Amino acid sequence: MEQKYSTIIDSIKVKHPDAIISAEQLYDIPCIHVNKEYMKALVMDLKNNFGFNFLTDLTVIHYPDNKGNELCGSYLFHNWVDNVRLRMKVFISTEDNHLPSLVGAYKAANWLEREAFDNFGIKYDEHPDLRRILNMDEMDYHPLLKQYALEDESRRDKDDTFFGR
Amino acid sequence: MSELEKKENPYLVSSDTIDGEIATLNLGPTHPATHGVFQNVLQIDGEKILSAEPTIGYIHRAFEKLAERRPFNQITPITDRLNYCSSPINNMGWHMTVEKLAGIKLPKKVEYMRVVIMELARIADHLVCNSVIGVDTGALTGFTFMFQQRELIYDMFEEVCGARLTTNIGRIGGFERDFSPKFIEKVEAFLKEFPAKFKEFDNLLTRNRIFMDRVIGAGPISAEDAIDYGFTGPNLRAAGVDYDVRVMNPYSSYEDFEFDIPVGKDGDTYDRYMVRQHEIYQSLSIIRQALDKMPEGDYHADVPDFFLPEKEDVYTSMEALIYHFKIVMGETSIPAGEVYHAVEGGNGELGYHLISDGGRTPYRLHFRRPCFIYYQAYPEMIKGSLISDAVLTLSSLNVIAGELDA
Repeated sequence: MEQKYSTIIDSIKVKHPDAIISAEQLYDIPCIHVNKEYMKALVMDLKNNFGFNFLTDLTVIHYPDNKGNELCGSYLFHNWVDNVRLRMKVFISTEDNHLPSLVGAYKAANWLEREAFDNFGIKYDEHPDLRRILNMDEMDYHPLLKQYALEDESRRDKDDTFFGR
Repeated sequence: MSELEKKENPYLVSSDTIDGEIATLNLGPTHPATHGVFQNVLQIDGEKILSAEPTIGYIHRAFEKLAERRPFNQITPITDRLNYCSSPINNMGWHMTVEKLAGIKLPKKVEYMRVVIMELARIADHLVCNSVIGVDTGALTGFTFMFQQRELIYDMFEEVCGARLTTNIGRIGGFERDFSPKFIEKVEAFLKEFPAKFKEFDNLLTRNRIFMDRVIGAGPISAEDAIDYGFTGPNLRAAGVDYDVRVMNPYSSYEDFEFDIPVGKDGDTYDRYMVRQHEIYQSLSIIRQALDKMPEGDYHADVPDFFLPEKEDVYTSMEALIYHFKIVMGETSIPAGEVYHAVEGGNGELGYHLISDGGRTPYRLHFRRPCFIYYQAYPEMIKGSLISDAVLTLSSLNVIAGELDA
């Protein structure tokens, strides 16, 4: 199993030496860190030539302490013929929070990107209909960013000396 | 259309006045035909749907944000409320995700017990969907028949964990207790009596001329479109693609069981109905095999960090008391890492993308909800069809509001 994964990453690296920054193994799923500029071309190649025909999941993770690379767009592809999953990560900064949209490659990305925009405020360029999807339209912040606490921090009734809140 | 035809058919004359006039219709958010809180703003020309604009999020409860504040064992009740027609599958999926992250190796018996529970849940899920398709075509009888059977499955869940709908079943590392003889008795009785009852339901609908005329060709989707839109589960298999997580990436010892993956051809309402019907028979067979081959062993893994100790040990032994306290206060330590685990839920690939930084709560938890992903194809599937077909398509896709909105 491990062997198959490393060969996949190697063959992608050979074809796209500029796009791939680094690679790692996340339990049973190989992961590549990708340069934003080359991302769109890489995804099209993954779909057409590497057999990653299915976009399983798309989400965003916020690392506020990772200065300059605060937001991480995380994509999970699946090759159904060889049964290989591949995670792709793209790091971007809060100031320049644009990512290319994958709706052209996978229609499933449409609502997933809308959800990511809703929760994290990432702007997907060329998305056909980038609106909020789960939260109400009047909301003026993106709630899954780490700076928004789940509860009002001024609350004192739940404080516990030993275990925190 | 010729003048003659217009005169002969009285309905066409009246439709003449509507033709070309576009009206807007709000289907939902609360409507008896939509089985959940879905809103669709339809543009209609007579009865024909020109376009649909779904609005979702009416029961959005911010589970992903909530999960960032909860210890791992307290997230299980959240997962109950995703697809509430088959909560046990969601619970098991979450337990397996955490076990994968923490590297917990389970006894074979636990995996077989989980298979029994998950397949029971799958039957309950499919029963709801298929009997509701019957209701939407005007056949209420099958619905009342099958809900009696679903009730029996809920009785079994109650026997195992004390709850019926939102089950919170099992623990990270196993089950809270072994299957009781009463539970085994109930499952055996169910396996014996259910097939005949189910056959009755099958006879009511499957080859019923009225039902077939109504559902064949309603809301079809091609295999290419289904893959492009991220369909998984019975809805994808109805379109003719044999993707099933249980076979592709087996978890919980599914590789030990023999079962078929039923596939359809056209991806219409009838195929979705038929795939679910056949999956129920397959689930029954899996439960039979799991009960017959049930290995000897413990009903939980030896993981004191996650598995609550026996109550009498808590009162008599210091160690057990410490672990009990740590688990209840949510102070168990977990390795940092990133893990994705998928199970075959009632509606498709239910995935948990868990990122842990080693703290007491997940750093980020994302649910891959099959309903949310395939519901975006709904406007395209109902374009050009009649309103009554749109309702059928919605119920045969088995969109569960809890899973849609998270």
